[in-house]
Amino acid sequence: MAKLARLTLSDAELDEFTEQLGQVLEHANDIAALDLEGVVATAHPFGLINVAREDVLRESLSRDEVLAMAPDAQDGRFAVPRIMGEAP
Amino acid sequence: MKSARDIARDVRNGTTTAEHELASSLAAIHAKNDELNVFLFVDEEGALDAARRVDARVARGDDVGALAGVPIALKDNLCQVGVPTTAGSRILKGWRPPYNATVIDRLLDAGAVPMGKTNMDEFAMGSSTETSAYGATRNPLDTSRVPGGSSGGSASAVAADMTTISLGSDTGGSIRQPAAFCGLVGVKPTYGLVSRYGLIAFASSLDQIGPFAKNVADAATLLETIAGHDPMDSTSLPEPAPSLVRHVDDGVAGQRVGVVRELFEGADGEVVAEVERATAALRDAGATIVELSLPELHLGLSAYYLIAPAEASSNLARYDGVRYGLRVDADDVAAMNEATRTAGFGAEVKRRIMLGTYALSAGYYDAYYGQALKVRTQLIDVFRRAYQEADLLLGATAPSVAFSIGEKTANPLAMYLSDVFTIPTNLAGDAAVSVPFGVGDTGLPVGVQLLGPGRSEARLLAAARVLEVADGRS
Amino acid sequence: MTLPDGWELVVGLEVHTELKTTTKMFCGCANAFGSEANTNVCPVCLGLPGSLPVLNVHAVDLAMAIGLALHSTIASSTFHRKNYFYPDMPKDFQISQYDLPINSGGYLDLPDGSRVTIERAHLEEDTGKSTHLGGSGRIHGAERSLVDYNRSGVPLVEIVSGPDIRSSDQARAYASELRGILIATGASDGRMEEGSMRIDANVSVRHPGDPLGTRCEIKNLNSLRSLHRAIDYEAQRQVELLEGGATVRQETRHWDENLGETSTMRTKEEAEDYRYFREPDLVDLIPDAAWQERIGAGLGAMPAERRATLVARLTSPTSAQLDALDVVVDLGVDELVLAAIDANIDPSLALARAANELAAAIDDVANLTEGAFIATLAMEQGGELSATQAKTVLLELLANGGDPRAIAAAKGFEQLSVDSLDETVADLIAHFPDEWVRYREGDEKLAQFFIGQVMKLTKGQANGKAVIDQLQRRR
Repeated sequence: MAKLARLTLSDAELDEFTEQLGQVLEHANDIAALDLEGVVATAHPFGLINVAREDVLRESLSRDEVLAMAPDAQDGRFAVPRIMGEAP
Repeated sequence: MKSARDIARDVRNGTTTAEHELASSLAAIHAKNDELNVFLFVDEEGALDAARRVDARVARGDDVGALAGVPIALKDNLCQVGVPTTAGSRILKGWRPPYNATVIDRLLDAGAVPMGKTNMDEFAMGSSTETSAYGATRNPLDTSRVPGGSSGGSASAVAADMTTISLGSDTGGSIRQPAAFCGLVGVKPTYGLVSRYGLIAFASSLDQIGPFAKNVADAATLLETIAGHDPMDSTSLPEPAPSLVRHVDDGVAGQRVGVVRELFEGADGEVVAEVERATAALRDAGATIVELSLPELHLGLSAYYLIAPAEASSNLARYDGVRYGLRVDADDVAAMNEATRTAGFGAEVKRRIMLGTYALSAGYYDAYYGQALKVRTQLIDVFRRAYQEADLLLGATAPSVAFSIGEKTANPLAMYLSDVFTIPTNLAGDAAVSVPFGVGDTGLPVGVQLLGPGRSEARLLAAARVLEVADGRS
Repeated sequence: MTLPDGWELVVGLEVHTELKTTTKMFCGCANAFGSEANTNVCPVCLGLPGSLPVLNVHAVDLAMAIGLALHSTIASSTFHRKNYFYPDMPKDFQISQYDLPINSGGYLDLPDGSRVTIERAHLEEDTGKSTHLGGSGRIHGAERSLVDYNRSGVPLVEIVSGPDIRSSDQARAYASELRGILIATGASDGRMEEGSMRIDANVSVRHPGDPLGTRCEIKNLNSLRSLHRAIDYEAQRQVELLEGGATVRQETRHWDENLGETSTMRTKEEAEDYRYFREPDLVDLIPDAAWQERIGAGLGAMPAERRATLVARLTSPTSAQLDALDVVVDLGVDELVLAAIDANIDPSLALARAANELAAAIDDVANLTEGAFIATLAMEQGGELSATQAKTVLLELLANGGDPRAIAAAKGFEQLSVDSLDETVADLIAHFPDEWVRYREGDEKLAQFFIGQVMKLTKGQANGKAVIDQLQRRR
């Protein structure tokens, strides 16, 4: 689970979290146990649908602004340490 | 003390200047910020620039707006161009957004003067402002106590008279509970009433930006200013801002007020006493009181603690050290992501990310997240049926008055339980107001909560005003 | 390539196409190829804190057009988040569609008469692009990577076929026909070399009648040729494995065009769990009947129908004509050819000029009006222009537009007057009396001799057919 979330937890943290989350999940099990057959999840509480915009250009950010935020950049691009593995 | 509306009126008619009001605000901030840790960043330069613009507009005779020259404090999860915005986290330390949240553009158009960014629980996850990476904020009314959370800084800014108004955000009670703890009016608007564009997301289907103020009229003015459709937010309601100030003195004659047992059961005696007194006050003002029991509301807490962390775990994935914020280097990018997030996030955030990841994971989705979404539909129905019997609902905002710093930090579950009265409204997407009413045995303020269906802010603020008058604060 | 006896190939294709919209899927940044890195980005497509997506209605229109062209059912749909970490994904989740896609079902009929079913065609956003430094420029062995987010947020439609394809030839035909449809609907420019259309192939083998074998996915094939070769290689590889008693491992593979082989992409420690959940920042998409009808009404004829229309104009089409016809429809100039045929231009001539001359300057075809095309070919057909001259006029029209007669005059393609041609032929007959007698007596080969002489004398200006007319009249 921690790997999926890109977090490293120490053994102590793992123990602590497991206990704490265990308590929360006990309550969650109340939910799991309910018979909600036929109940449908609600999308937007006030039934908004089809919200969309016209295909019209808006101003983009300037490249300088964008790269100014970057922890590391090169050749106008964001630089990262090597990527191990192709995208899923 | 002048109200926000007083300041705006005086700036518009030339009795005072925006720069003068700015100076007062800064003096109060400088006097108390070290002790209280309210502001993470005071934007003196930006505020002066905004104040001068307002004064120039007044001098030219131009229209200045409903908040002309009024200093305002902004929760640090609101993006403001060029101003450090951290969401209370180390992972965004030093980050300056290249764009404004929509609400900030609206504030500037209305002549408000943004003073800086206030402290908050990290990524809005908390109920006491103690999970901030930048230290806790102290409640100005009793510095040994918390101001509530996650918008503790914004509440304290107003309670300490640094500004007359501020903006916070509410996902499970993060405006209403600090409002109650600090003796302020706090509003969680209808979901979609206020644009979320530029609000650093916690739980997308629950978050709303809302006002803190010392009185109902100021809260109404601020809410009117920021509300209304925004094409940059697909979930924003289609209509323009509602008229609220005009209805503040409508009263409650003929309104049915449902007092919901599950919204004060288990609260401290001093809190329940104020709910009872508020009931009487509304009855005296001409409302009909109806006693209601909505037992399904209990499920709200569990559903919330599945839905909110699930959405948060996804919303916070973007903090990966690639494009902005903290980066802790490593040999490969996945290791860099992990090192960055491990160093950059605090324990509460990690806890919720883990919980959320779990609730969404294969094999558990149906039992946890999937079920929680269905519980949410049920809660919406429960409220809908309740609003056939009542126009508004009444309850407590929080189970207790402000608790001591450090009192609940050892037990996350205890902290979560303090949201029990506020969470259902977020799940339903409805509106709610916390209004100060009375004090507890220790002299600390109690907040009572008024709840209404979606788009009922006018009615809620009118009822809040009745309570404000009845409590002798008018 | 055919598999060894007793083996059947099963292929399903997933085609991703970028949509030809002005702006990206969820923000107003330009959807453009080849811009300088990170110049078409904004808070939304960079995934900045606080940003929110807003759907591009034109992307929805194009997705629906694709659905209609593939005979799919258009239904209410929802967006979902597909959660995983990768540096080219600004939010570390992709907004896509999961169990409620906009288009489901459908089919595509191929020229050979076979039918491939379509499972779904849904909307999603594209990722950024990374380049790798150090090593060979490929991901393995690289020391660091650079990311450009210009492509992040570009609208995509992903089209998933059923596992109905049974040969690499059929796969190529499917991809080609689908590409033609995507271009015809206006949804895509089909430029595979620019990455506007990318194909993933799911390949497995089995003995006929057996349940489906384990499949491997070959990702990101960006040409029809690669598709064909990769499927052949992979099928062979799997058969050899199975015949050798080994099993095929379910995995994702990469096709190396230079080496001509597929190889395992680096396997991950655990299978990716995407934790799909409904995108809370977007609302449901419910295209009503009126909207769908509007899209349908605006949809022109698809390539298959256009080929059929042209074929119907030909009496006993030759294979050269049919080949040219395929090219003409593929290039989208069939309307020009149809108009020419309807104006009594010889179909072979119209097809040939379109498949060759127009093809060579296809990007400029908008400069050529129907009238100009027809007029030019009529001049060629009537003998006023030679073939070479007609081609020159066409190229000029494509480059700069204009009037064919004016262009011909300006280039000195004088119509050789009937009188002067008459005179020239008469002179030649006088000069070559023996040859003329043999021609008159039936030696057809001498027609070419006389034409050649006329061409020499007129410096190629004479129209071959006009010369033949002259010769035949004097016979």
